[in-house]
Amino acid sequence: MTAAVLQNVLASVGGLPSIEFSSVAPSIILALGGVLLLTVVSVTKDKLPVWFPAVWTISAAVAALCTVFRLWIRVGKWGNLSLISGAVGLDRFSLFVIGTLCVSVVMGALLLEGYLRREDLEGPEWYVLLLLAAAGGTTMAAANDLIVLFIGLEILSIAVYILSAMHRRRMSSLESGLKYFIHGAFASAFLLYGIAMVYGATGSTNLARISTFLADNVITQNGLMLGGIALMLVGFAFKVAAVPFHQWAPDVYQGAPTPVSAFMAAAVKTAAFAGMIRVFVLALGPTYRDEWRPMVLALAVLSLLVGSVMALVQTNVKRMLAYSSIGHAGFILVAVHSSTAMGTSAALFYLLSYTFMVMGSFGVVAVVGRKGDGHHQLSDYRGLGRIRPGLALAFTIFLLAQAGVPLTAGFLSKFYVIRSAIDSGDTALGVVAMLAAVIAAFLYLRVIVAMYFEGEPGDEVAPVKVPAAVSVAIGIALAGTLLLGIVPDPVTHAANEATAELVAPRR
Amino acid sequence: MFTLTETWYLVLAALIFSIGAVGLLVRRNVLVMFMCVELMLNAVNLTFVSFSTALDDLGGQTAVFFVLVVAAAEVVVGLGIIVAIMRRRQSADVDDISLMRG
Amino acid sequence: MSNPLSDLLRSYLAVGLFASLGFILVGLLLFLSWLVRPSRPQAQKYISYESGVDPVGDMWSQSQVRYYIFALLFVMFDVEAVFIFPWATRVELYGVFGLVEMLVFIGILLLGLVYAWRKGVLRWA
Repeated sequence: MTAAVLQNVLASVGGLPSIEFSSVAPSIILALGGVLLLTVVSVTKDKLPVWFPAVWTISAAVAALCTVFRLWIRVGKWGNLSLISGAVGLDRFSLFVIGTLCVSVVMGALLLEGYLRREDLEGPEWYVLLLLAAAGGTTMAAANDLIVLFIGLEILSIAVYILSAMHRRRMSSLESGLKYFIHGAFASAFLLYGIAMVYGATGSTNLARISTFLADNVITQNGLMLGGIALMLVGFAFKVAAVPFHQWAPDVYQGAPTPVSAFMAAAVKTAAFAGMIRVFVLALGPTYRDEWRPMVLALAVLSLLVGSVMALVQTNVKRMLAYSSIGHAGFILVAVHSSTAMGTSAALFYLLSYTFMVMGSFGVVAVVGRKGDGHHQLSDYRGLGRIRPGLALAFTIFLLAQAGVPLTAGFLSKFYVIRSAIDSGDTALGVVAMLAAVIAAFLYLRVIVAMYFEGEPGDEVAPVKVPAAVSVAIGIALAGTLLLGIVPDPVTHAANEATAELVAPRR
Repeated sequence: MFTLTETWYLVLAALIFSIGAVGLLVRRNVLVMFMCVELMLNAVNLTFVSFSTALDDLGGQTAVFFVLVVAAAEVVVGLGIIVAIMRRRQSADVDDISLMRG
Repeated sequence: MSNPLSDLLRSYLAVGLFASLGFILVGLLLFLSWLVRPSRPQAQKYISYESGVDPVGDMWSQSQVRYYIFALLFVMFDVEAVFIFPWATRVELYGVFGLVEMLVFIGILLLGLVYAWRKGVLRWA
């Protein structure tokens, strides 16, 4: 009798999951890379050279990136895959996001290299957490199940909570870690409660099943479903720092070690938006778009306006970049709001180019922060154009790209977003986005003016040293920002191909 | 006849979740705030289990396992950060922690 | 059969009985000992007991921060065990595949323990 029961149980879960490990290779490489790095450095203690963890991290990220390219071709040939009983979905959307995350790990590791040496911090744990965070992000990007999505989000968030509190000599770093932790835990709880409600209304946490269930049935408990959608949206809005759930962002970005702020702005945002698109556009798009789109619209408009206007009045450059990242989140929300394939590829393009722009910007900020990571006032940038012309030029390009000047990645990404909004009939939203871009341009100009036209020779506080690794990172970011602006075709093409699809688990 | 249906558990969970959420917003002691986070997550667990019974589906109960582990990991990390802060100052009050103000 | 007690209340009847029995028992014992024992109040009797030594300081004292790291390690490994129990009840069903998966899981936990050990967290010094 037991055997019969067991067989029933097995049949109900669709048999034992067969796992094709090669298809989840990017996540495995990143996670295993982190765990092995931790073991290797703890067993060998101090016998390894200083550069070892950084090189290891970068190799792991590059290896993961290679598997992404291989899987990209494979998915093109064999179609999208659903793995591990439908818990993970492999499509070009998730691969694009995973690739973006790998890029941000490479640049994050390079920035950390220079930062840790300057601040005399011991460092393998930083890199371990970086890799684990990326593994969480990739899990999120490929999640085909709400629980998997939640676990990925938590792996990512918990690693970043620790990272932002890792500079233990700086009180502001500890504070930022605590603040991020409390807000993040609050957000996770909301997201999870939303997941529970959607589970209650649809009877499954699998996105593909939810989608088919909603298409085939009339929901009897619509209130439950709507509550679930609203709560999940609040959770995601916290994670991407959309107004009015943004209060944590400026404080946390300001207090966290600068390379960590860079990673937070780039990778956490990328992964959170990937999860948001999977849940809202894919699973709930066909049936519930009329319900969630107004909410996303409100978030988008508020983020665009508040982000740009508040950034204008900041005097701390890290806070300024934090508010501007809120504005950028608003732009991506506009793309999500359109809830079309065009909007999804616009969001992907935006996320990749934002990764380059923001990593480069924070890279410059990390260098100008000087030893102690404390010189982040606008006045600390006076005369940078004279002392360090190269650095100032790079920062100028990053800021202009963020403002959306043509021939940079920023222009095209903003263009695609606004096009997707107008295409889905929201001309007004497109106009608001353009207005926000114009307001934000002033703020970037303020920094540029400070760098080139202010300050007398000889009033510098301390010399600015640019470590080799950081200049490589800034170089990569610069190349990415300019290439995406001048020859965007390959990436645009890839983003257009990267349509997401929910693949139902095989029965 | 008065019987306990799933709805009662769901309402209880909603109440616990609200207590946790409000507590997190109004209390200023970090340890109490952590307890509020636990309260919220466990309210979600209760919701999952009630739905699992109502739907006669094991998925909700499996979810609880993962939530439990995630909650433990979260608290361990949070306490670690608090201890690091407490080594530098002697208070667990968030209002004492305010280097950064917008 | 129509019973004035609803099903719910009836199922809680046992709980109520046991609870009241408990209260009565404790109350009875306290009452008996109050009847029998002599009563000679002295100031020293109100000092909190600390293994026969005179108590030092406040009752609310901070415990060493070292205890805390053990507590955290314990919580972590304790909670991870939650995944092992459901697997253990169905080992035959999952077969070699399940065994390997669980060994990988435990292996990763062990690597965490190795890290803690090499970091010197497990040593009391």
